[in-house]
Amino acid sequence: MATFLEFIQQNEDRDGVRFSWNVWPSSRLEATRMVVPVASLFTPLKERPDLPPIQYEPVLCSRTTCRAVLNPLCQVDYRAKLWACNFCYQRNQFPPTYAGISEMNQPAELLPQFSSIEYVVQRGPQMPLIFLYVVDTCMEDEDLQALKESMQMSLSLLPPTALVGLITFGRMVQVHELGCEGISKSYVFRGTKDLSAKQLQVIDKKTIKKPSNPENDWKGERYASRPCQPIEQETVCRKIDMNLTDLLGELQRDPWPVPQGKRPLRSSGVASFYSYFLCVLQCTFPNTGAHILMFIGGPGTQGPGMVVGDELKLPIRSWHDIEKDNANYVKKATKHFEALANRAATTGHVIDIYACALDQTGLLEMKCCPNYTGGYMVMGDSFNTSLFKQTFQRVFTKDMQGQFKMGFGGTLEIKTSREIKISGAIGPCVSLNSKGPCVSENEIGTGGTCQWKICGLNPNTTLALYFEVVNQHNAPIPQGGRGAIQFVTQYQHSSGQRRIRVTTVARNWADAQTQIQNIAASFDQEAAAILMARLAVYRAETEEGPDVLRWLDRQLIRLCQKFGEYHKDDPGSFRFSETFSLYPQFMFHLRRSPFLQVFNNSPDESSYYRHHFMRQDLTQSLIMIQPILYAYSFSGPPEPVLLDSSSILPDRILLMDTFFQILIYHGEPQWRKSGYQDMPEYENFRHLLQAPIDDAQEILHSRFPMPRYIDTEHGGSQARFLLSKVNPSQTHNNMYAWGQVSIQNIVLQVFMDHLKKLAVSSAA
Amino acid sequence: MSVNQQAHAGLPYGQPQPGYQGYQQSGYGGQQMSGVHHSQYGAYNGPLPGYQQPAPPQGYFSSLGFPSKGSPVSLNSDTPTLAPNFIGTLRAPPTSGAPPPTSGASVPAGHPVYSQFGQGDVQNGVATSAVQMQRPSASQPFIPGTAPAPISQPATFRQYGPSPTSAQQLTNHMAGMQIGSSTSAPLPAGLGYGPPTSVPPASGNFTVTGSGLYTSYSSSQGPPPVTMTHGLPPTSLSQGLSLAQPAFSGPPLSAQHRPQAPGFLPPPCSTGIEPSSYPSATGAPRPSTMQGSQLSGQALTGLPTSQPNHVSSPPPHPSMSGPAMTGLQGPPPPTHPSQSGYQMQQNGSFGQVRGPQPNYGSAYPGTPNYGSQPAPPPPPKRLDPDSIPSPIQVIEDDRNNRGSEPFITGVRGQVPPLVTTNFLVKDQGNASPRYIRCTSYNIPCTSDMAKQSQVPLAAVIKPLATLPTDEAPPYLVDHGEPGPIRCNRCKAYMCPFMQFIEGGRRFQCCFCSCVTEVPPHYFQHLDHTGKRVDFYDRPELSLGSYEFLATVSYCKNNKFPNPPAFIFMIDVSYNAVKSGLVRLICEELKSLLDYLPREGNMEESAIRVGFVTYNKVLHFYNVKSSLAQPQMMVVSDVADMFVPLLDGFLVNVNESRTVIVSLLDQIPEMFADTRETETVFAPVIQAGMEALKAAECAGKLFIFHTSLPIAEAPGKLKNRDDRKLINTDKEKTLFQPQTSFYSNLAKDCVAQGCCVDLFLFPNQYLDVATLGVVPYQTGGTIYKYAYFQLETDQERFLNDLRKDVQKEVGFDAVMRVRTSTGIRATDFFGAFYMSNTTDVELAGLDCDKTITVEFRHDDKLSEDSGALLQCALLYTNCAGQRRLRIHNLSLNCCTQLADLYRNCETDTLINFLAKFAYRGVLNNPVKTVRDTLINQCAQILACYRKNCASPSSAGQLILPECMKLLPVYLNCVLKSDVLQPGAEVTTDDRAYIRQLVSSMDVAETNVFFYPRLLPLTKVDVDSDTLPAAIRNSEERLSKGDMYLLENGLNIFVWVGVNVQQGLIQNLFGVSSFNYISSTLNTLPVLENPFSKRVRSIIDMFQAQRSRYMKLIIVKQEDKLEMLFKHFLVEDKSMSGGASYVDFLCHMHKEIRQLLS
Repeated sequence: MATFLEFIQQNEDRDGVRFSWNVWPSSRLEATRMVVPVASLFTPLKERPDLPPIQYEPVLCSRTTCRAVLNPLCQVDYRAKLWACNFCYQRNQFPPTYAGISEMNQPAELLPQFSSIEYVVQRGPQMPLIFLYVVDTCMEDEDLQALKESMQMSLSLLPPTALVGLITFGRMVQVHELGCEGISKSYVFRGTKDLSAKQLQVIDKKTIKKPSNPENDWKGERYASRPCQPIEQETVCRKIDMNLTDLLGELQRDPWPVPQGKRPLRSSGVASFYSYFLCVLQCTFPNTGAHILMFIGGPGTQGPGMVVGDELKLPIRSWHDIEKDNANYVKKATKHFEALANRAATTGHVIDIYACALDQTGLLEMKCCPNYTGGYMVMGDSFNTSLFKQTFQRVFTKDMQGQFKMGFGGTLEIKTSREIKISGAIGPCVSLNSKGPCVSENEIGTGGTCQWKICGLNPNTTLALYFEVVNQHNAPIPQGGRGAIQFVTQYQHSSGQRRIRVTTVARNWADAQTQIQNIAASFDQEAAAILMARLAVYRAETEEGPDVLRWLDRQLIRLCQKFGEYHKDDPGSFRFSETFSLYPQFMFHLRRSPFLQVFNNSPDESSYYRHHFMRQDLTQSLIMIQPILYAYSFSGPPEPVLLDSSSILPDRILLMDTFFQILIYHGEPQWRKSGYQDMPEYENFRHLLQAPIDDAQEILHSRFPMPRYIDTEHGGSQARFLLSKVNPSQTHNNMYAWGQVSIQNIVLQVFMDHLKKLAVSSAA
Repeated sequence: MSVNQQAHAGLPYGQPQPGYQGYQQSGYGGQQMSGVHHSQYGAYNGPLPGYQQPAPPQGYFSSLGFPSKGSPVSLNSDTPTLAPNFIGTLRAPPTSGAPPPTSGASVPAGHPVYSQFGQGDVQNGVATSAVQMQRPSASQPFIPGTAPAPISQPATFRQYGPSPTSAQQLTNHMAGMQIGSSTSAPLPAGLGYGPPTSVPPASGNFTVTGSGLYTSYSSSQGPPPVTMTHGLPPTSLSQGLSLAQPAFSGPPLSAQHRPQAPGFLPPPCSTGIEPSSYPSATGAPRPSTMQGSQLSGQALTGLPTSQPNHVSSPPPHPSMSGPAMTGLQGPPPPTHPSQSGYQMQQNGSFGQVRGPQPNYGSAYPGTPNYGSQPAPPPPPKRLDPDSIPSPIQVIEDDRNNRGSEPFITGVRGQVPPLVTTNFLVKDQGNASPRYIRCTSYNIPCTSDMAKQSQVPLAAVIKPLATLPTDEAPPYLVDHGEPGPIRCNRCKAYMCPFMQFIEGGRRFQCCFCSCVTEVPPHYFQHLDHTGKRVDFYDRPELSLGSYEFLATVSYCKNNKFPNPPAFIFMIDVSYNAVKSGLVRLICEELKSLLDYLPREGNMEESAIRVGFVTYNKVLHFYNVKSSLAQPQMMVVSDVADMFVPLLDGFLVNVNESRTVIVSLLDQIPEMFADTRETETVFAPVIQAGMEALKAAECAGKLFIFHTSLPIAEAPGKLKNRDDRKLINTDKEKTLFQPQTSFYSNLAKDCVAQGCCVDLFLFPNQYLDVATLGVVPYQTGGTIYKYAYFQLETDQERFLNDLRKDVQKEVGFDAVMRVRTSTGIRATDFFGAFYMSNTTDVELAGLDCDKTITVEFRHDDKLSEDSGALLQCALLYTNCAGQRRLRIHNLSLNCCTQLADLYRNCETDTLINFLAKFAYRGVLNNPVKTVRDTLINQCAQILACYRKNCASPSSAGQLILPECMKLLPVYLNCVLKSDVLQPGAEVTTDDRAYIRQLVSSMDVAETNVFFYPRLLPLTKVDVDSDTLPAAIRNSEERLSKGDMYLLENGLNIFVWVGVNVQQGLIQNLFGVSSFNYISSTLNTLPVLENPFSKRVRSIIDMFQAQRSRYMKLIIVKQEDKLEMLFKHFLVEDKSMSGGASYVDFLCHMHKEIRQLLS
């Protein structure tokens, strides 16, 4: 093993796992003193093109409370055909099919390079994919037209076996029946009505009582309700495709007149509600992956999910209103959508929200839908922007096998060695409330369970998992002992197969008193920063904002105290080892980030940013916390520069990637205005101008959601995006003030100084 | 029988009014007197001649005598007993019950009795009685007839007898009559009658009543009153002279008849007398019938003489006389008919007396006979149907007298021609009777008078009535921005009665007398007569009816309305689909949509259309023109109805034609396999209303519905049909809606201007009373096709649908009736909603809808200024234009009751009374309603008798000329399915008819209650004229004829068993009677003049009615004949309704009671 960095990198590449600590303190007490908990970022569907799925099912530990999967860490007795579970130490007989096992003939799951392995479950039917489009029709014709085109585009990308449904809403909610000839049929519901659970049950039972074979049911009743239609077989396929395409083509803007001074009546709440239950009930595919794609052009103004009244003079809630407890609808709507999200999550349906409007649309209230179900949340100004169009297109990205890069209805189960337990998870998941021996009493995030449901998964979906070392101080772990964790992810592959991916990892234990350097050296500051950030954001979502900052600061100070080298009360003596050196800076930017700062952001924006932060992998998350700034100049190849106002120079082209925005800053405008780039003799200048654009395009093409692309220059109004991000090391007080940065922001240097002072303070 | 009839007829005729009673009585007397007759007859004869000439009085007397005679006659029959009976007659009769049977006997007895009767008749006075007697006798035919009659009578009896009940009753009557011993039942009856007169009030229904009637008759007749009556009638008649004579003659005749009929008549009388008893009395009636028959026989004989009067009625008493009649009739009838008819006419209302008159006339001639035959009279006893007022005659008379000249409305208080008369109206300041008809055109000045007379003051208003093509529709007046000129205080609109003063600078309101400035733009100078110079240039100054273009302030929310919309809402549950109804409707709509109503000369209709289908859930359709195919939107949330779409639901037909056609093609396919049987109803209406609300327009829903809405939804109903409730205090609940939900819904609909037309296709009970609430209160129409079958009902339904869709209609209407100070509109009847006491609100109002308004005094009126009505209807026409239609009518006022009675219109009165009664059943037991009705009419007539008819015997029935048909029509109302349901009438039918009648106009109620019956064999294939109608009685049907009967809902073609094969071949295309299929619902199209003519007549009738009538072929003696007989309203009905004759007797009794 070379360096920890390599180790970390290797582990991430292979297993999609990054731990905050790669050597674990061996006792509970020690662990708590580490400040940053033992935790990991785990990407269940980490892309492994080199990992062929295995066409049989995993071998499980026979102990009912364990059921761990056979893995390379298990001890195997080839003669007796026994294997010992490395979690519970149960000795298990190999199944008959493993009769031929030997040291020379090992199944894949025993090979060390297959610490992550994917099984394909052979049993059970192939599940169709279900896509339900839930479309707001209260929008400008232009927007609607663009949206229709996008949807039609997406239809063409769907596999022939997929089922499609369409629901539109405005003042009413309309569930369209697809596949009737000659006449298009839809069910219409009042947008103001919150059907009680009881009413729903009535429908429930009726639907469930239908013939058990859904296929028959499908074709049986000619005009029975069937909001979803398979895009199946060629003829039908084409017809339905045509049908749906026509239908989409004929979608009209919500026709109800909107009086002056009013918002259109929009029933977002009911729509999603219906979409959900209809899909569940009518399709009778309860545990099948389904994507509910909600396209929203404005805030819900009626019905249970309303977030604002229809009077235009009363604006939608702001953070200020919420803090003052002046937002009438927030709680009720949130409750509504939470209930909805929970139901959707339990049945395994993903709710995506694509909200495009200039004003807020109520993402704050609706955020739990995508957050709980692993759906996407996309926010834009209009459906008629490339931001939306390309983002939406990217939802349907396919892999090399031509399958969508998405998994459905996943569950993640975690097994741990005895010395360590699972405290909780933070990410797009809900608890399945599965208690087990490896569940810690100490909850962090969504805890109290060893199983989570992740309805929608994609290769980037990343969960933060927090562990607790439970080994007592007085029960030392034998030298060379390793703690193991097994991640078992079951999900429905977009090909319709059910798959199980098993990742088993182990880390060494170390006595923190004697081997603190080892532990410190194993610190993964990037992972730690993200893990702490998730925790902070999670707290911010559920608790008061300022307290979170204070908590974050305290954690940071404690970490500095623990791992810094310094003389007491001498800030100047403070030194951090390399493995920790970047961590304070991350924290500095995190404090300023929109994930924790709501100032200048609407509640919707906050929700949007947080949503993405909570599900992206480490790299993306880091960019979110600390945007990347590249400088382009004649003096050399592009180089990353400090995210600092001092980096802004008149003769420099800057490319900033904040994840949500890609910004190219051209410095002085005269540069381009002079038109030199068009002269052949200044070709290098043209190249220089082109370089950041090319780089930006590359990012734009790969990122989901597509970032807002900003091309600006000094003095441009859009330059504010840059100015708001950079460290305001220079202010207008400085001589060379290029940026007018808000003074309210603390300067990094000040922050660091202060931190040092506090860290070395003996009073702390 | 015939004799009796004649007698009846005669009496009435002679003394129209008194005649009735007199007749009966006379009849009685007649019988009794029969014996005496001779002498009396002789007297009669005397009188008769007198009659004919100058001696009306005599005639009267004679007539009076008749009655007395009548009774005597009966006495005669039971001579011994009779006498006693006589005195006690009425009462006695019962005891004697048995005796009557021997009609023959009775007859003889009658004579002796006669004298007695005469006594019994009291009123008549002996002399009178004698006279009458004579008359009968005078009608020699009688004598002869009578003589034979006895025999014949018995025969008739038998025939009558057939109906056991009747027999019994007869016996009863007879008994009552007196005769116990007397074998001849008739006689007894007669006797009974006689007695009744005396006793009448006292007791026995039958006998008593009968007698009462008789007596009355006799009295009336007997008493010179006849003359009196004549006098009265004359006024009406106009032909005073003739009247007098006729009357006279009438009386005599009646007298004669009576004499003859007595025996017979009596029974009828008795029966007729007590409505209540009717049912039970049926038996009794029979007797009467029996008598009738006998009478007829006699009458016939006698008639000949008298006939003239009776003419029309001659054959009368069909049922009664039936057999006997035939025999007798044969000869006599013919003569009678002509005669009687004449007299009838002459006499005027009472034509009845006619009998007498004719008799008179004839009697005179016959006198000789009399003299010779006094004896014969005995047989006649019965009230001759021909002698009682004949609707046919009245109609014919009016048609002949008034049909030729235009009715010019310039004069105040003119009584218009009857609704059955074709006439041209020239508007010269008063609204055409096609728009407004009043019960009286002369209003009592004070409420006391009005109360005394009990004549309801009401106007039947049909604001959007369709005019014949040769009359100009109301002119449209556009006053531009300022809008119509109105009185400042009462807001009455400018009309011809406004008085301009101060040189035209101001006008004084004709309603409230308030003086209002004439706006400058409207100012005009007055000529020397005080008229504005532009009088003839402005419709609102010179015409009775005109329209104003409403300004925006007359519109809801101060916004001009959008064009209205039609929404077709089709039940697609299993029943509707299976019966082929859905397909039929869809097919029809494809073409029908091209015929939506248009305004004037517009190229295309402004009306937009929308479509909804439903079963347990509703399906809306988007048929926007830009769509490639229609879109269906299912709304399952019926508990909280809403409209799922706005744009594309209501569309212009031409623009969206392809989509609509595609939709209509697909609807039947889509639901072809449906298994849904449950339906909702209220949500359907709500949906339509919401759709209109969303589109901000008024409109009409066409709902095609098949079953009781039992699906879980608001307005859900349960089956609560319970025939056991009939005739109990709870019967009214059958007419009331099950739940108040629909009333509230209706209120909402009205507020939105949403009119609902309901087409029902029930296979079982579906609670019309409840489902009909909304259509009714929104001014809509209900059509009902029970057991709908495509083959048989298709044409009727489609025609109704076409007519309903195409007819002119106004929406979102408010009607207010303003009146001169002194009277006030207090009550309103019809299909509408009222949220306050003055404004009639109609979501929709079509050209067939009528509103009946009752007026009451709240002050005095003056004869000088008369009384004015102004009906203002604010509505949105089918082009979406807001208009005001104004109808003005001026009426006279009177301080003399006679003026009132002289200017009444019975048809309108009946219209009002029927509506009044039909509304009454909602809150009162049916029996109470019937009694109230009878009582009111009795009071009306009694008041007349008391105050207008000149002195006469109290026993004489005297009817005002204008109201002589009141009893017969009233009887029809009482017998109608609503007030007296038969076993085969369903609860739904009753509720349906109840609502139907409530918005009928006068012409419709007229034919509905008294159907039109035409002899087809008398059709002249070469001319356009229709054969004369005949009266609705089986007696008047001949086996050898075919008849056509229509009542506005059905058309029957009745084929007698002996019809010429040639005719059958011509009309039905089959070789003989037996091959005629009674399941036909149209006549085959055959290329021969007869077939063409008959079909053209039917087509013409269909065109006259607002609904397409169901054609039913009835073969004589076929089972369907029962149904047909139900419409022979002069006969006793299966459900216990009284025959005309019986009812008349009863009325007479009632009147007598009131008078005494």
